[in-house]
Amino acid sequence: MLSTLAAASCAVAVLAQAPQTAAPSPQQPSEIQLVISGEPGTPPRYAVPDFVALSPDVADVAKMLGQVLWDDLNFEREFYMIPRDTYSTIPAARTADDVPFNAWRELGADAVVFGTVQKTDANTVRVQVRLFNVRSRQAVFAKEYTGSAATPRLYAHTVSDEIHQQQRALRGVARTKLAFSSDRNREKVSGPVQNRDVKEVYIADYDGENQRRVTTNRQLNITPVWAPDARAVAYTSYRRGYPDIFIALIYQGIQETPTNGVAQNWLPIFSPDGTRICFTSNRDGNPELYVMNRDGSNVRRVTNSPAIDTTPTWSPNGTQIAFTSDRAGTPQIYVVGADGLNLRRITTNDSWADRPTWAPAPFNEIAYAGRTGPAFDIKVFDLATGDTRQITFGEGSNESPAYSPNGRHIAFASTRGGRGTQIYTMARDGKNVRQVTRDGNNYTPSWSN
Amino acid sequence: MPRPLILVLMLLVLAAACAKKQPPLGPQPAPPSTATAPAPVPPPGPPPPQRVEESVPVPAISEDGITNRSLEDLNRNSPLQPAFFGLDSSELDDAGRAIVASNAAVLKKYPLWMVTIEGHCDERGTAEYNLALGELRAVAVKTYLVALGVSPDRLRTVSYGKEFPFDAGHTETAWSKNRRAHFVITSK
Repeated sequence: MLSTLAAASCAVAVLAQAPQTAAPSPQQPSEIQLVISGEPGTPPRYAVPDFVALSPDVADVAKMLGQVLWDDLNFEREFYMIPRDTYSTIPAARTADDVPFNAWRELGADAVVFGTVQKTDANTVRVQVRLFNVRSRQAVFAKEYTGSAATPRLYAHTVSDEIHQQQRALRGVARTKLAFSSDRNREKVSGPVQNRDVKEVYIADYDGENQRRVTTNRQLNITPVWAPDARAVAYTSYRRGYPDIFIALIYQGIQETPTNGVAQNWLPIFSPDGTRICFTSNRDGNPELYVMNRDGSNVRRVTNSPAIDTTPTWSPNGTQIAFTSDRAGTPQIYVVGADGLNLRRITTNDSWADRPTWAPAPFNEIAYAGRTGPAFDIKVFDLATGDTRQITFGEGSNESPAYSPNGRHIAFASTRGGRGTQIYTMARDGKNVRQVTRDGNNYTPSWSN
Repeated sequence: MPRPLILVLMLLVLAAACAKKQPPLGPQPAPPSTATAPAPVPPPGPPPPQRVEESVPVPAISEDGITNRSLEDLNRNSPLQPAFFGLDSSELDDAGRAIVASNAAVLKKYPLWMVTIEGHCDERGTAEYNLALGELRAVAVKTYLVALGVSPDRLRTVSYGKEFPFDAGHTETAWSKNRRAHFVITSK
């Protein structure tokens, strides 16, 4: 399975056609407006019909590519995505030269995608995509991809990210992944105590597709976090009977053990540059935060309190760490320098403020789980103003917020569906909630770069 | 005498020996409610370690009966009782200390037993935070057992946070059962 993952990650060989438009030099009048705009004051309206199958065996893929690209573009809410079930009256184009612009214009589209897919041999597909400005009838984006036929969704994800980059200077998340732990296999931990569920680490595409198991040791494997290179997942495993930190290099099938049984260690989290790991350990007799190099060398203690200090998260520039401590009597969020200096408490209005996660730039904020009534809700602390906003409102218990790499979305674990604990994503304003997992219980999501 | 009858007799003897101070040997002892402080349990504060053996009655368990039981069976119906905690607390109250003291007496009676003290939490902390809270609970129990004269070499601690709830409910009754230090006999 790991080799399949490796293939998936490398599959897209991008053969960029020369874009039909180069950025105009300042002196010359621009003939083509690269950025498609909508009516004044409204987002541009996009249509993404089915792709055209240029060989007979990819009809399903052609349809799927259109749907996935539509979903990916819709996820960032930068465009108004015209619902695909309204396209039925519009004749399907066979080539890029017969796109029915008048019909798209009548539907109100400002932009329309024309894509083709073709099997070039048993294992290879070629995907061509153009994005047309419906008014000018000119293509502002044109690319061709050739690669594995085994991972067709990846082409749509790639196109979405490139369109967001070109049209909005936005880093999309369509090719990102989630890691989480799950008891879906319904296996039981072996040992003297019966009936305890195994939890293993899983990964999935950001939209919940391609869910794959990473660990296979039939113990507790929990709190996975992505390395910044999105090629490794660090996690807490009880495979030796006590919690310790492991790093799975998921595309190589290699495992690293940076702490390697020196006391008990849990909740690893990579620094933003990937060179260090902050974690909780009982090595000095009490749960404290430590920072080590990724290979386990140079362990330095960050906190010093007889109370609990745990659940660390790095600031985007790697100089500060936010964490939970109950040193003042209840769990609250604190910030400390990665060198252990300049400790300060930031939450004051919650009876219980727990498990912070620092947003990536440019969002200067920390999301956390705050007790509201009997359960938790996700709240966001604005570091500039000191204000707190709540973004979930009592639908089940909501925990373990994790930002997408562009900071615009938050994955979290919630009991809101009534069927155990599941992973959801939402926009950072709490809207656009989507369920990602459905099988068994699923916990502690981490969002890859 | 058939074995079931021996067991029943053992339990009767034990119940008598335990009088009122001991929690029953049932599989799921009722945990103390935290809201209503379960103070009436007599032991006055932490007793001096040397005297504990006199002050806490050792369960009158037949040596043969216990030693014949498998580890799985021992842990399913354990002579070592769980100690319970308050919300976000890792402090042993009087009831908790009495339970740990009785467990200390059992451990002294069976000096070959190795025990893992598991720290568990209710669902009202986050999964991540509770890993540390369970750690403090397990360590608090281990510290007290050592003060009572049990060798630390026989004791391991591990926190399971809220990963393995004993009661999956969402009520204070369930929560109070899940805030516990649970004893697992790992070898004998």
